[in-house]
Amino acid sequence: MAGAKTRVPAVEGWFTLDDDAPALLGSRCKRCGTYAFPKETFFCRNPACESTEFDEVELSRRGKVWSYTDARYQPPAPYVAANPYEPFCIAAVELAEEKMVVMGQVVPGIGVEELSVGTEVDLVTDVLYEDEDHQYLVWKWKPVTASSGGGAGG
Amino acid sequence: MAPVAENGRVAVLGVGMHPWGKWGRNFVEYGIAAARAALADAGLEWRDVQFVSGADTIRNGYPGFVSGATFAQALGWSGARVSSAYAACASGATAIAAARAQILAGLCDVALVVGADTTPKGFFAPVGGERKDDPDWLRFHLLGATNPTYFALYARRRMELFGATEDDFAAVKVKNARHGAANPNARYRAEVTAEEVLASPMVADPLRLLEICATSDGGAALVLSSTEFARRHAGGDKPVQVAALSTVTPRFPQTVIEMPNFATDSAAAVGDVDGPGFRRSIAHSAYEEAGIGPEDVGVAEVYDLSSALELDWYEDIGLCKAGEAERLLRDGDTAVGGRIPVNPSGGLSSFGEAIPAQAIAQVCELVWQLRGQADGRQVEGARVGVTANQGLFGHGSSVIVTT
Repeated sequence: MAGAKTRVPAVEGWFTLDDDAPALLGSRCKRCGTYAFPKETFFCRNPACESTEFDEVELSRRGKVWSYTDARYQPPAPYVAANPYEPFCIAAVELAEEKMVVMGQVVPGIGVEELSVGTEVDLVTDVLYEDEDHQYLVWKWKPVTASSGGGAGG
Repeated sequence: MAPVAENGRVAVLGVGMHPWGKWGRNFVEYGIAAARAALADAGLEWRDVQFVSGADTIRNGYPGFVSGATFAQALGWSGARVSSAYAACASGATAIAAARAQILAGLCDVALVVGADTTPKGFFAPVGGERKDDPDWLRFHLLGATNPTYFALYARRRMELFGATEDDFAAVKVKNARHGAANPNARYRAEVTAEEVLASPMVADPLRLLEICATSDGGAALVLSSTEFARRHAGGDKPVQVAALSTVTPRFPQTVIEMPNFATDSAAAVGDVDGPGFRRSIAHSAYEEAGIGPEDVGVAEVYDLSSALELDWYEDIGLCKAGEAERLLRDGDTAVGGRIPVNPSGGLSSFGEAIPAQAIAQVCELVWQLRGQADGRQVEGARVGVTANQGLFGHGSSVIVTT
């Protein structure tokens, strides 16, 4: 069963592995307050700021869909697709506090007809792909109103 | 930036293309065919060229990274000075910019610009190897986000904000297919109906297969010169000129999601932008440099990576206000025969994308249009043309061509 596999993030240090309330890990500039995802570690993106120091911060877990689409055809490698391929949705989500838009897959079982611009979504972690011993996790967006689909625990 | 005066312009003496297709041959072959056609069009020999400017391809190994030298060797080493440029979809414009700067600085009289590509089948994938610090690799790996993913996000946003419909998107494809059918250099030369577009498979909702630009092989070239050389060479015939060329980068905060990024810039520290946005700034910087405005434009070639994106460009190059592109399209204004034809070449819709050649091909089409040589797709009376183009990593370009 899947439960026996070790769960590891598909990318190191981009999100927390908190089952109940996972969050994306971004950076906030110590001088001007500009956020970045993934984390900025060298130079602040704000051209008016010369800071090189950042705090690692958890980004807002809830946002509103800015736009959305789906992937009807299997993306090429290095995407690791399930066999048989299952189409999925992708959403670009506005985070109010950070004033930025962050992309993510939408949890399985949600089609484009269940999304619209402005739909409220929460961040969850879910399996991106698996091998014999591991489940590789990634962040996904889940509509607040969705009763099913997604969540690494579920 | 001050408008470019007469002495800030360069002449386009020759244009040439190798037809777009899926020929499967070495990209150098297409580049040389285009270069020879442009030289013949200019009435010049390869050995008259003092500066050769290549637009790079990243999918054809080392020769593609040093394309200027690759083309120069294939034409026969002549001692010409050389440059190679990569700028994603704007590579061709960056190669033109390098040649233009050499000419305007008085470092050479005659320059040859060449871009060509051979592309693999299917979705563009990142170049090989596991690169966990490359956002272009990571977006495929972590999100399965292909290029059409991003095109579709813009298309859906347009539907929600401005009430664009699937019929509008299909109508763009129908228009461009009609234009492309008359273009001997286009890859797709069959007209299509709206029904055929809407019956084609959905790739990235709301975009269908016939509305998403393919990847193609092809080559395009220009022979540029100083206006003084052009007067000596061409006598009384005043050649078409490049009046302005913009390759601006975005301004922070860039709040529209762009390939290949996972997130936009954050506007938290600086507030919302009141500037024109990146796509608008590309063409508007060119207008400013040329000292003209969108009202002066008679023909445009824009980067229709998707049918929906062409509508965004109408607004971004200033042909209409935000939200009015659908009306322009529905009124027939942007078809050949209309008030301001867009993509008379057939656009990416009819060509598919041969990345380093594409921004050069846009200029080739405008030159043919302004010379009155665009048989079967001729825009009547146009004296000013504008191109617009955008690619990954903050690259974009706009070229203004005038009689």
